[in-house]
Amino acid sequence: MAPADRKYLKSHEWAKKNDDGTISVGITDVAVEHLSDLVFLDLPEVGKQVEKEQPFGEIESVKAVSELLAPVSGEVVQVHEDLADNLDLLSNSPYEDGWMIRIKPSDETEWEGLLSAEDYDKIAHEE
Amino acid sequence: MKQTPLRTIHEEAGARLVPFGGWNMPLQYRPILEEARKVRAEVGLFDLCHMGRFEVQGPDAEAFLQRCLTNDISKIKPGFIRYALLCKEDGGVLDDVLVYHAADQEDRYFVVVNASNTEKDWNWLQEHRSGFDCELRDRTAELAMIALQGRHSAKVLQEISELDLGTLGYYKWAPAKVLGFDAEISRTGYTGEDGFEIYFPVEKAEETWKALVDKGSPFGLWPIGLGARDTLRLEAGMSLYGHELTEDINPLEAGLQWAVRLKTDFIGRDALQKIKEEGPKRKLVGLRIEGKRVPRQGYPVLAGEEMVGEVASGTYSPTLEGNIATAFVPSDLDESREDLSVQIRNSRAKARVSPLPFYKKDYEI
Repeated sequence: MAPADRKYLKSHEWAKKNDDGTISVGITDVAVEHLSDLVFLDLPEVGKQVEKEQPFGEIESVKAVSELLAPVSGEVVQVHEDLADNLDLLSNSPYEDGWMIRIKPSDETEWEGLLSAEDYDKIAHEE
Repeated sequence: MKQTPLRTIHEEAGARLVPFGGWNMPLQYRPILEEARKVRAEVGLFDLCHMGRFEVQGPDAEAFLQRCLTNDISKIKPGFIRYALLCKEDGGVLDDVLVYHAADQEDRYFVVVNASNTEKDWNWLQEHRSGFDCELRDRTAELAMIALQGRHSAKVLQEISELDLGTLGYYKWAPAKVLGFDAEISRTGYTGEDGFEIYFPVEKAEETWKALVDKGSPFGLWPIGLGARDTLRLEAGMSLYGHELTEDINPLEAGLQWAVRLKTDFIGRDALQKIKEEGPKRKLVGLRIEGKRVPRQGYPVLAGEEMVGEVASGTYSPTLEGNIATAFVPSDLDESREDLSVQIRNSRAKARVSPLPFYKKDYEI
């Protein structure tokens, strides 16, 4: 079950509001399990502008490459630099230690358009 | 989509099933790299019920296959198996196959083809059968096919088979009792390890699979999916149709001249003779590639700044602990060049030519 303290894209990214107004972004356990055998992660630099549902990075497994989509538009204010060398964090803790980037949102209304945990679970388990 | 008779067992084992060659097949039961390492170190069990299986029988069976296939069928003694190609008139490859000559019936052959090409091959063979006195039967649906691969394969299979597997050499096959019923066992595979492929009535599929899982567990046996199978075959330098072989690639370019006997008269012979005389324009090479990004089919290969070819297959190799690929490049490309690279989307990864196969087993069978 996806944690209820955050929102989701159907493409398996999660977004969580932090106390300082930034939004942490990662991918769900469903995504990690589906990708399997992770080998490479490409994250943006701090300062990059990202657009809602546009790619902010790439994740690669033995058999596939997937784009990582930004749940909201804004500026990347922090990047989890060590993650690319510790892809096990994604398997072991996709919702906490496996966070990827923090975004300072540019349009607060986008948040409401994201999926709830309940809606995400329905979609994720239909696949 | 066609279902393997072992579908329920795979689902119960938690396999991820994906469409492959028109069949719903297990991609993996566990992480692909762990499965590949398991086969290298111990033993794995594979469901291959999707592979196409034809039987050719009759007075002209040998002549018919000689006409359709590139290898010298007349040289396959009863009980032996050979690799061969099915070519078009222009030498392009329709499929790569294994040809089994029956040990007990001089006029019977068994041909194992790729799942994705089964229908195409069947139609091609039917079209070219006129004038030959032999019967062609599609036995795919009535026979199950499973493989045991890995250094402990013989020990596991011996537990349920009456045939003394010590007497069955590489690329030989024999009728055998398995769990008391009639089966046929070949010492073949697609992993670079010792191993066996077993053909038997489809009704016995679940019983046989369960017995092998049970008898294999002391040897470390796991079921293995098609994901690891692809990694293992590429490490072992074996072609996969749709990658190293297509209708637009001829066997001489693909490095398969050893399976082409130009002294025999087969469809595509004249074209291949001409290509041989002129020299093929492309060649297949192995590449080892730096970095973490995985090379994949279609990615450009560069020599300096010039695009010279493209990747046929690529994977992370758990055995070599690095990325590997096969690629088609110009025949005259200097393989010692140090400025080769592969364009992996927005980045370039340094590459160097490596002899094929990438992996050879270190034990005798």
